[in-house]
Amino acid sequence: MTNFALSVENLKVYYHTSGGPVKAVEGVSFNLSKGEKLGLVGESGSGKSTIALALMRSHKPPAIIEEGSINLGQTNLLDLSEENMRKTRLSGISMIPQGAMNSLNPVARIRKQVVDALSDHSFKFKKAERETFLRELMESVELDPKVLNLFPHELSGGMKQRVCIAISISLKPQVIIADEPTSALDVIVQRQVIETLSKVQEELGAACVLIGHDMGLMAQFADKIGIMYAGKLVEIGSVNDIFKNPTHPYTRLLIESLPDTKGKRPLIGIPGLPPSLLNLAPGCSFCLRIEKENRKEIPWVEISKDHFIQKCDICSDYGKVKTKK
Amino acid sequence: MASLLQATNISKEYVSGTFLKKRNLALKEISFSVEETPPSITCIAGESGSGKTTMARLLAGLLDKSGGELLYKGKSLNKMNSEEKLTFKKEVQTIFQDPFEVYNPFYKVDHVLTTPLKKFGITSNKSDSDKMILSALEEVGLRPDETLGRFPHQLSGGQRQRIMVARAFLLRPKIIIADEPVSMVDASLRATILEELKLLREKHGISIVYITHDLTTAYQVADNILILYKGYLKEAGSVEVVINNPQHPYTKLLVDSIPQPDPDIKWGKLDISATQELLETPGVGWRNS
Amino acid sequence: MKALKLINDNRMLTAGIITLIFVIFFGVIGSWFVDRERADVGAGRPAQPPSLDHWLGTDQQGRDVFADIVYGTPGTLKIGLIAAFVGVGVGTILGFISGYFGGYIDNFIRFISDVFMTIPVLMILIVLASLLDVMSNTMLGLLIAAFGWMGALRVTRAQVLTMRERAYIQVAKLNGVNDLEIIFKEMIPNLLPFIAASLVGASAGAVLASLGLSALGLGPQNEPSIGLTIFWVLHYGALIRELWWWFMPPIIVMVLLFIGLFMITAGLDRIANPRLRTKV
Repeated sequence: MTNFALSVENLKVYYHTSGGPVKAVEGVSFNLSKGEKLGLVGESGSGKSTIALALMRSHKPPAIIEEGSINLGQTNLLDLSEENMRKTRLSGISMIPQGAMNSLNPVARIRKQVVDALSDHSFKFKKAERETFLRELMESVELDPKVLNLFPHELSGGMKQRVCIAISISLKPQVIIADEPTSALDVIVQRQVIETLSKVQEELGAACVLIGHDMGLMAQFADKIGIMYAGKLVEIGSVNDIFKNPTHPYTRLLIESLPDTKGKRPLIGIPGLPPSLLNLAPGCSFCLRIEKENRKEIPWVEISKDHFIQKCDICSDYGKVKTKK
Repeated sequence: MASLLQATNISKEYVSGTFLKKRNLALKEISFSVEETPPSITCIAGESGSGKTTMARLLAGLLDKSGGELLYKGKSLNKMNSEEKLTFKKEVQTIFQDPFEVYNPFYKVDHVLTTPLKKFGITSNKSDSDKMILSALEEVGLRPDETLGRFPHQLSGGQRQRIMVARAFLLRPKIIIADEPVSMVDASLRATILEELKLLREKHGISIVYITHDLTTAYQVADNILILYKGYLKEAGSVEVVINNPQHPYTKLLVDSIPQPDPDIKWGKLDISATQELLETPGVGWRNS
Repeated sequence: MKALKLINDNRMLTAGIITLIFVIFFGVIGSWFVDRERADVGAGRPAQPPSLDHWLGTDQQGRDVFADIVYGTPGTLKIGLIAAFVGVGVGTILGFISGYFGGYIDNFIRFISDVFMTIPVLMILIVLASLLDVMSNTMLGLLIAAFGWMGALRVTRAQVLTMRERAYIQVAKLNGVNDLEIIFKEMIPNLLPFIAASLVGASAGAVLASLGLSALGLGPQNEPSIGLTIFWVLHYGALIRELWWWFMPPIIVMVLLFIGLFMITAGLDRIANPRLRTKV
């Protein structure tokens, strides 16, 4: 069981501000096997983007990794030197950041941008070899190799995002992290991008973490889903477990609020506001939302195989509907 | 009886440049209508480049059309005198997409509520206007003590957007044009805001034109839907009929690409690349069944 | 106390304001105690080092240096403020008209602005200086404004162009707010900090310009100003003659003035741009 592609244990990332620590990630643990796809879901401010940065050790002060370990295979990334971590980024673990398509250099052709990303990893290519490599890379993300000669503004949003996917897989990493890769894209383009991501990830046999807030996308893409709330993972399980048997009250509310096209029914939101992560009180954060309180340490309980939840006695029955789904 | 809003063969062309003029036909001969009774929710759906935002601005009166006819209560917008124009501005309210940009950062949020009351001469004294503002806020489920007197940056995106709904309702309009009202709002608040719009229709008989790219919320909220593709109207009709039984290849592609929140219903194997066919296949007209 | 916290958070701005106030007061209060005539030629024996009678000595023409500085400082400030307010004022108003209404008005105003920018200021001033018998500090201020308004025009116009497309302006239009009200009630309040910063920057620039012009002898010769003092310092070679009591004071006043103006600008910048703040 120790042969995970990615294993995160008790990760804590705090932002140190003059008003106190903002506990963006408060003790998150999960495992990913080779080729497995995890969807990390949460509202804005739940800490999911912070996890992405921390996994790459790209977080900047005042964000500090307080505790925990991030194991890529057998190596704890937090133990690596700066130099070794730099080498590991892109070749071992890579990320497609939020808004990546907007951070492409507007005055450089695509070819140069991909080569730039590779050159940091001292890739010695002869020109012919390089061209073949680049061509195959573009084809793997279903782009015409002619795209290499174009500038970013000549590409559509979906094409730019696929270029970013290409860059992230160019060195065949073991883990790919995609942070809201389709948030600005149209429905059809979004599907293309996610399908491309699926395809390259399967071909590489890499594990993938997709971060977002669209549960529909997660249902289409992920094998496993983790629900983030107020910096903590409140539930994690297979995609079927989460959709068919959501157990934590927040997950339940989330699933119930999802609109679909099966039949018309009133739209239900989630009441209350997400809590502020500044000086967050210990204990159950969801209780705070429904105006209850539980300051005790909430146990992380396995309720069925590979299906874990934060089991808080006080709020666990909230919103339960008597009839079966 | 004349429709409330009637669009006939509306076209909009954007021209740029001084010498070599670049023409961009954003809307091509779109026709539809919104009746006064019964009040309805009409969705104008499309991806980026479909022309839906242009349509929103046209309906709001922020843009002039290039061709066709747009009638409000039987009168063309260009031919209205100033009094009729004022009535139009009052009876057709707009909710914009970005809940931050719509606020002037210099003023407290009260400013967006007091200004229209003053400008449209609805109330003559402060206590009347205060009462109207309080009732409008309550209507959208906001607590006045948590919202009034604050600056825009002190409130969340969801709260700001709800204030905008309250503002639209304040003037008792006949139509509300909602341009992507929830796309920049947290997922948990989207349902609340959309339900509020539905409530405005049920309780107050206000028709809504809901512009979005999100077909699932369109399905839940709207009665009728118009599918726009690159400025053309490709399919339209009752929302259940169009989404459950799409006829035009573009609609079929769109509906098939909806990420259904059900792991058993995955995306099909449709081919995404036949763009030319999508453009050339003519629109299928209005279907109610 | 709220006031103390305000000061502590904006130390740079406060320091700048205090320095500026000190310089201004020096001139204002000083003129209550010092006679105006002492700043004129022949008030005392020429080239005298500091003494009890003349705290900073006298210059080559017998002016009491202390009195000269006391009256010269407000003189220079007057030039700077007139140039800044008139220049930024005209530029801002034209910038609003140009940016908001666009079209032919915009093209016309920009054309005039471009023409002005190509005119060599120095040459015009040399010509004017030779033609005019008398130039006052006010006139110099206006002249500097006449060639400085273009900057404010450009920047205001750019700001207005951006603002015009903002959603809240569209909302205001839909509310039936007319153009003039939009400019005054919706746009100007948001530009106030920017206009304030422009004024400070323009004052600094104008003072510098006036110093340069006066030092070249193109400025007013009948009213005291720091620039005029510097002119005479150069003219009579005070540096070579080691008349330190004469050339040091104007330099010190200028340095204080610029440091004050700079700190105000930097302080305003920190308020306007939260990313520069070190605290969260």
